[in-house]
Amino acid sequence: MVDVVTDEQQSDYQLAPTTRAAGPIPTGAASSLSSSGEAEAYAGVLDRRALHKTPGLYIRAWRRFRSNGVAMTALVLLSLIIVFVLSAGLISTYVTGFTPQENHLRDKLSPVGTNGYMLGSDGNGRDVLTRLAYGGRISIMIAVLSAFATFFLGGSIGLVAGYAGGKTDAIVMRLVDVLLSIPGLPLLILISTLYAPGPVGLAMILAFVSWPGIARIVRGEVLALRGREYVDAARTLGASDRRIVLRNILPNILPLMIVYISLIIPGLILAETGLSFLGIGVQVPTPSWGNMLGDSQQFFRTNYANVIIPGLMIYMTSLSMYLVGSGLRDAFDPKLSQ
Amino acid sequence: MTAYILRRVLQMIPLILGVTFLTFALINLIPGSPVQRLRDNPKIRPEAAIELEKQLGLDKPWPVRYVSWLSDLARGNLGVSMYNRLPVADRIWSVIPNTLLLAVVSLTLALLVAVPLGVYSAVRHGTLFDRSASVGAVALYAMPDFWLALLLVIVFALKFKEMGLPALPVGGMTDPRGGGDLRDRLEHLILPVMALSLVQIGSWSAFFRSSMLETLSQEYVRTARGKGLPNRSVMYVHAFKNAFLPLITIVGLALPGLFGGAFIIETIFAWPGMGRLTIEAVGRRDYTMIMATTLMFSVLTMASNLIADVLYATLDPRIRLE
Repeated sequence: MVDVVTDEQQSDYQLAPTTRAAGPIPTGAASSLSSSGEAEAYAGVLDRRALHKTPGLYIRAWRRFRSNGVAMTALVLLSLIIVFVLSAGLISTYVTGFTPQENHLRDKLSPVGTNGYMLGSDGNGRDVLTRLAYGGRISIMIAVLSAFATFFLGGSIGLVAGYAGGKTDAIVMRLVDVLLSIPGLPLLILISTLYAPGPVGLAMILAFVSWPGIARIVRGEVLALRGREYVDAARTLGASDRRIVLRNILPNILPLMIVYISLIIPGLILAETGLSFLGIGVQVPTPSWGNMLGDSQQFFRTNYANVIIPGLMIYMTSLSMYLVGSGLRDAFDPKLSQ
Repeated sequence: MTAYILRRVLQMIPLILGVTFLTFALINLIPGSPVQRLRDNPKIRPEAAIELEKQLGLDKPWPVRYVSWLSDLARGNLGVSMYNRLPVADRIWSVIPNTLLLAVVSLTLALLVAVPLGVYSAVRHGTLFDRSASVGAVALYAMPDFWLALLLVIVFALKFKEMGLPALPVGGMTDPRGGGDLRDRLEHLILPVMALSLVQIGSWSAFFRSSMLETLSQEYVRTARGKGLPNRSVMYVHAFKNAFLPLITIVGLALPGLFGGAFIIETIFAWPGMGRLTIEAVGRRDYTMIMATTLMFSVLTMASNLIADVLYATLDPRIRLE
């Protein structure tokens, strides 16, 4: 048995025996599985002591993440952006000397680096750099908040529905169907125009619109995993539902959920900035990268800088968030990133 | 299969009831109404506003109005616009072809580029081609489409004009000054289609690449290799078909997004489609128009989900529709 396991696969099993049960080892060890415990099933293949010495899944994942140059660069870039937006107050006081709201109509549309505006001024003569820092704070906060809400709401609902099956599953999935039948963007536009929510409200609306997607994906995956041999094996051995869900299923879908959330965070940033761009997200005078870009639209034939700068910030943020996310995916699931 | 489709179509009825009820409640539970502006206007007698409200049926409680809206709908009547009293259906039918045109052209273009790109990346996995394609895909995927649209306008319309190159048009579907021939229509399509499809190419090619890689690690692929099949046939016969399946769901889910996701793009390029109509209607509090466009988008979403499911089951014998 050992000689058919490649180095790479072997390191996987050391990493997390429960997450790779579909590979060659459990199949080969099936006979011993029926008579003894889960851990013993691997004893024929791996030294059990080696299992204990191996660092846990997350430490190993972090080590892999750290060795991924692209992901680390993205993480550094993302951290810089976050530091930049968190120090908005300091930038306003010590660097630019402007508040995000103050108008200097005589200096409006100053080019980059003139009249004391490092990144120029907008159509109302407001300092772009200051607004960029304050606007980013709002945009990033909304995206992160709504991602967390989506993750917990959609993930737990999908997990329960997929595992419980039967009536629970049917009811939950009908609700998901209704919500997925209202396309996201029109719904977002409808709710945010009519209710004109603040930043936190906007984040909750985004989560309300996003959770059915991840719930459906998690549920589908759980449904598939529920029928796998190793889950049957665990059940035969008398494992409780709670144990099966937490120990056998959740570790298998967590990478998937991380991939999904990593894909959704840039989407959430884009949704918020898109709404603000249309003038129905974060309301002026509160700056957001989206409404800065939206405001620049009326001058964009003469002033490219005001189009390029906030857009570039949105782009760099969504790009680095995505790269960090896919770095995490690769770190958790080395099979896909050989 | 026919029975399944029929049942799914019947299942849409409660879904549509749920969606329309939710939307109707949503737009009616907030203060303000289509005649609010008249009420706020001191030059207009309050009685006139009340009279208009009565004419529009807004004096009745909203559940009553919802029921009468439903019974009109059952007779195929979408009502008249609260903004200009013209039939809502006429307006919708006049913009749907425009939205479909934009969506179908973008979808086709995106698939034609993304699928070969994804397959080739997976097959040439780890090579320079794969790595640069992946970088490109990520770079496109994370791109805000509205920003991309503005950049395209700056480059292909403004800069090209400055440099004396033939600049592309940036607004509407045809040139108001005597345009309307095929060439003019195609020119007007280029920028919005680019803005819509480039982002999709990014996400779909990356998705297809990973789906293909996932498939390649399956046991039946190892079996196919084990029995000595040539690499070509393993890749394109065994792996491709299976890797393609998840894409059907993704495209099915993205389809309504492409119809509705064109919202911002339609606004930027002044494209007379459903997205722009909806934004306009929401801004005017045109309740009947909002209900009609929401209904249209929902039916479109359900139809594309159904098509994706049926297609999936047709292509994958492991899935049985019951």
